[in-house]
Amino acid sequence: MSNMFSREKTRGALLGGLILMAAWYLLAIGMDRPIIPNPIDVFVQIGVIFPDRMAIHVAYSLMRIVEGVAISFLIGVPLGFLMGYFEKWDRILAPLMYFAYPIPKIALLPVIMVLFGLGETSKIVMIVLIIVFQIIITARDAVRDIPAQTFYSLQSLGAGRMQIFTEIIAPAALPEVLTATRLALGTAISILFFTETFGTQYGMGFFIMDAWLRVNYLDMYAGILVLSFIGFCLFVSIDYAERKICSWR
Amino acid sequence: MIKIKDLSVYYKWQNQDITALENLNIDIESGEIYTFIGPSGCGKSTLLYVLSGINKEYGGEVSIDGRAIDPKTQRIGLILQNYGLVPWKTVYQNAMLGLKIKKDRYGLDDYSSYIFEQLGINDLLKRYPKELSGGQQQRVAIARAFVMRPDLLLMDEPFSALDAITREEIQELFLNIWKEHKVTTVFITHSVDEALYLGSKIVVLSSAPGRVLENIENPCFMMEDLRSKDEYHLMASHLRERLSAPQNAHHLDRPTK
Repeated sequence: MSNMFSREKTRGALLGGLILMAAWYLLAIGMDRPIIPNPIDVFVQIGVIFPDRMAIHVAYSLMRIVEGVAISFLIGVPLGFLMGYFEKWDRILAPLMYFAYPIPKIALLPVIMVLFGLGETSKIVMIVLIIVFQIIITARDAVRDIPAQTFYSLQSLGAGRMQIFTEIIAPAALPEVLTATRLALGTAISILFFTETFGTQYGMGFFIMDAWLRVNYLDMYAGILVLSFIGFCLFVSIDYAERKICSWR
Repeated sequence: MIKIKDLSVYYKWQNQDITALENLNIDIESGEIYTFIGPSGCGKSTLLYVLSGINKEYGGEVSIDGRAIDPKTQRIGLILQNYGLVPWKTVYQNAMLGLKIKKDRYGLDDYSSYIFEQLGINDLLKRYPKELSGGQQQRVAIARAFVMRPDLLLMDEPFSALDAITREEIQELFLNIWKEHKVTTVFITHSVDEALYLGSKIVVLSSAPGRVLENIENPCFMMEDLRSKDEYHLMASHLRERLSAPQNAHHLDRPTK
């Protein structure tokens, strides 16, 4: 049954993609200007430039996203759990979180650039800043939402802190944390694009801006298409992980 | 034997000091089922949380077989009204959770499969709690408690969320499985009928703060065709009388919360 379900999903995705391509195609034909090239030419261009010129940029962008997400996880999940489990931590940290969460992180970019330089670190710090609050708050709320009775059963069995963590807190909160990550990922990618336009010669952001400056619209669109495909793949893989881990839902 | 001496429990609620239990004294003998009955809010559940080691802030002395309560060394099976199953574990994993926490070796051996069979959950082992009915979930919770061979079984209105027919079915199931193991059991209820049907001893608590009003040897315990007997009706009216004494009026047999 799940097989059929995923087949229908795939068919839906393909149909959606086809409609988009058809609209793009018609627009390109209708406008007949170099700023909107024909999608077929763009796909051909991807095939031509990907192995030699584009793959390295994809690798850099992917690495930054993966590092950013991993670091956000390592900071956010334990902190969120602590805040959810111990009220004292929450009382101290929650106001800070609420204060920092709504700040558009891009506004901090100049500060980050001065503090961490123009290189790799500041790019990853930006991603972490965007994702981490969402993960902290989701992890905290997920722990808080665990009914007291669930803890009682384990406590009466004599479970230690570690067992309560592995048997209850982690499995209860993980699905929520994954959902938060998936939602934050979109923002993270668009900010990554922005930070890649300076201080580096690698990454999809650089690639797209460079193509634009060279007035090579085919390259530019190829870059945009590949970047959104990266986002799509990350989205789908988190979705998949979520469904694997949370088959009990 | 469980000795409870001068047990008092206070807690804060909306900045008020509430006395849940005050100077509660009782000796609970091994191998018996004690049904505790009392008006809502008399601290029945609080007593259970003390015995299960969840509530550690209390006055007085409580000991199980001469030792202080420690769920790490004692084997305590706790069965709650909302079953206390973990939603991300299958029925099998839930049933084995006690053994896992105790770091015992566990697996589907003769003993556990016998318990599962008696409780009729053998075909459900791979399912998740949300795929089960309330009655089935409660069977799993009972299985979890019995599989770990507890020294003490604590039950907090475990059957009150079930419909009448399922409730009677599971009460009977519970008694059958209990007969073979004779685990010391503390059973909290607010139903006179349940107290009479399941308790070898019946303890009547006063309204808040809870104290022991009466500790009765139940003549109706394990009686065939109980509900048609005179003893049953005599005991039932006696209990209702005790419970509806002026201090306990207006509380009994109303659903809690």
